[in-house]
Amino acid sequence: MVVAQVSSPEVTDAGVRFLAEVGAKTAGVSRLEMCIQCGSCGGSCPSADAMDHTPRGLFALIRAGERDEVLHSNTPWMCLSCYHCVVRCPQDILITDVMYALKVIAEEEHTYPNNVGPDFAGVFIGQARRFGRSWEMGLTARHYLRHYVLRLPRMTPMALGLFRHGRIGILPHQIHQKKQLQAILRRADELERAR
Amino acid sequence: MTSYLYYPGCSMEGSGRAYRESLEGICEPLGITFEEIDDWNCCGATEYVSLSTTPAYAMIARNLAIAAGEKKGTEPLVAACSACYLNLAKTDHYMGQQPALNARINDALGAGGLHYDPGTIKVRHLLEVILNDVGLDKVKAAVKKPLTGLKVAPYLGCMVPRPDIDGAYTNHEQPNDLDRLLRALGADVVDYPLKTECCGGHMTQVAPKVGLELIRRLVAEAERREAVMMVTVCPMCQINIDAYQGEMNAMFHTHYKMPIVFFTQLMAVAFGVEPGKAGVGREYTNAKKALVAALKAAPEQTLAAAGVAPGVHRPRPDKRALPMPRMTDNEVEE
Repeated sequence: MVVAQVSSPEVTDAGVRFLAEVGAKTAGVSRLEMCIQCGSCGGSCPSADAMDHTPRGLFALIRAGERDEVLHSNTPWMCLSCYHCVVRCPQDILITDVMYALKVIAEEEHTYPNNVGPDFAGVFIGQARRFGRSWEMGLTARHYLRHYVLRLPRMTPMALGLFRHGRIGILPHQIHQKKQLQAILRRADELERAR
Repeated sequence: MTSYLYYPGCSMEGSGRAYRESLEGICEPLGITFEEIDDWNCCGATEYVSLSTTPAYAMIARNLAIAAGEKKGTEPLVAACSACYLNLAKTDHYMGQQPALNARINDALGAGGLHYDPGTIKVRHLLEVILNDVGLDKVKAAVKKPLTGLKVAPYLGCMVPRPDIDGAYTNHEQPNDLDRLLRALGADVVDYPLKTECCGGHMTQVAPKVGLELIRRLVAEAERREAVMMVTVCPMCQINIDAYQGEMNAMFHTHYKMPIVFFTQLMAVAFGVEPGKAGVGREYTNAKKALVAALKAAPEQTLAAAGVAPGVHRPRPDKRALPMPRMTDNEVEE
């Protein structure tokens, strides 16, 4: 009888390096090296069918050291932050935070598959840093004009609805201590670059 | 009166105004007060953590540092928005877990003359505070206009029951916390298995096809379960399901008109607040009609009088459908 031999996937040097890199970028303790490739993550993921690799597949690629393929993948950008995989993972891997870490690296190296997600985050945070609060009106107006001009006809009545129901202001709310917040964030930028 | 520190979050001042308005209406009957922390800033939602790690956590930690400075005793910091709650709780948790992250964040906070020691502030979500501190007995006692016969789908979304750092919820995927609260208001809570499925968050902005399909699933299931409205705890879920339902209908050629309100709005109305004062009417798909009809329903027209106990409505399972998780009778009985 022939028994199929399944060898454990080899962890390459490049794989070890990339695992360490992703682990260091993750905010919590990622435990990514503990992955047993069970696939609970992909099976639990509501947006898995929009991803080019399931989370499990992506973690196998990380271990194989396929840095380019991983950083160009749309998987982290399709992650909804719903934590379904996190509570189901038998190895307690912080999958959502790993996805954030992969997005951060892809941002730094400009390897994201398209710029809609990074742009949205960039504009959102640019305004939050400037005013101390998010600015729904400024964010959506700018985002739709740049990326979804075709959605605008349908969006206009929706935006008017927000005004009619008193749910959106034209001008941003601002905090008093903007200078203090900005000083904190400038120092945090320096510390992040120095890592 | 029990006093809590309170972090509203940006959407409570804009698209989620009804949440804030209705929260004001339930504090007095429940005997709680919220003290908004001074000059709080945006938590960065799920956007900043996707851009840069240290600044994202430093921005959240500024709020924790402010709260720590204002705290008088052991009172926790309460957030009503799911993303704000999770960001604040996670930051405190990770700072305590990782000395290197803690050092970087405090170095950054120092540039603004602030400091935060992890563990100083306990971050909690509004729903859990009402359930565990106030308690259902007090909620039931405050009900003046029971929502008898109002069929509602309890929708928690993701970030409150998951990852649930402090283990505050009955279950990560099928919790009955919101069900129990709504039943205490007299509402007829339908069995809604998608109660912790994701609304897509920012997907309506960055990948509309993905986001609209998630919204379709949620609304279609609520309709199939014969709910007249969905009830949520999160401003993001509310605006996604409310404001994007039209675009979703256009995309899938459907005609859903499912209102979605905040649980505090139903609480306020049940406590006798005028629906308009509880922010009802600010939603696109108007919930007022269903709500007023339920309030006006003569007792003999309600399910209770017809011999049907108010509680979980269970449609006959569709034999062709995939098996769905259901609440056990124990959970239904609390």
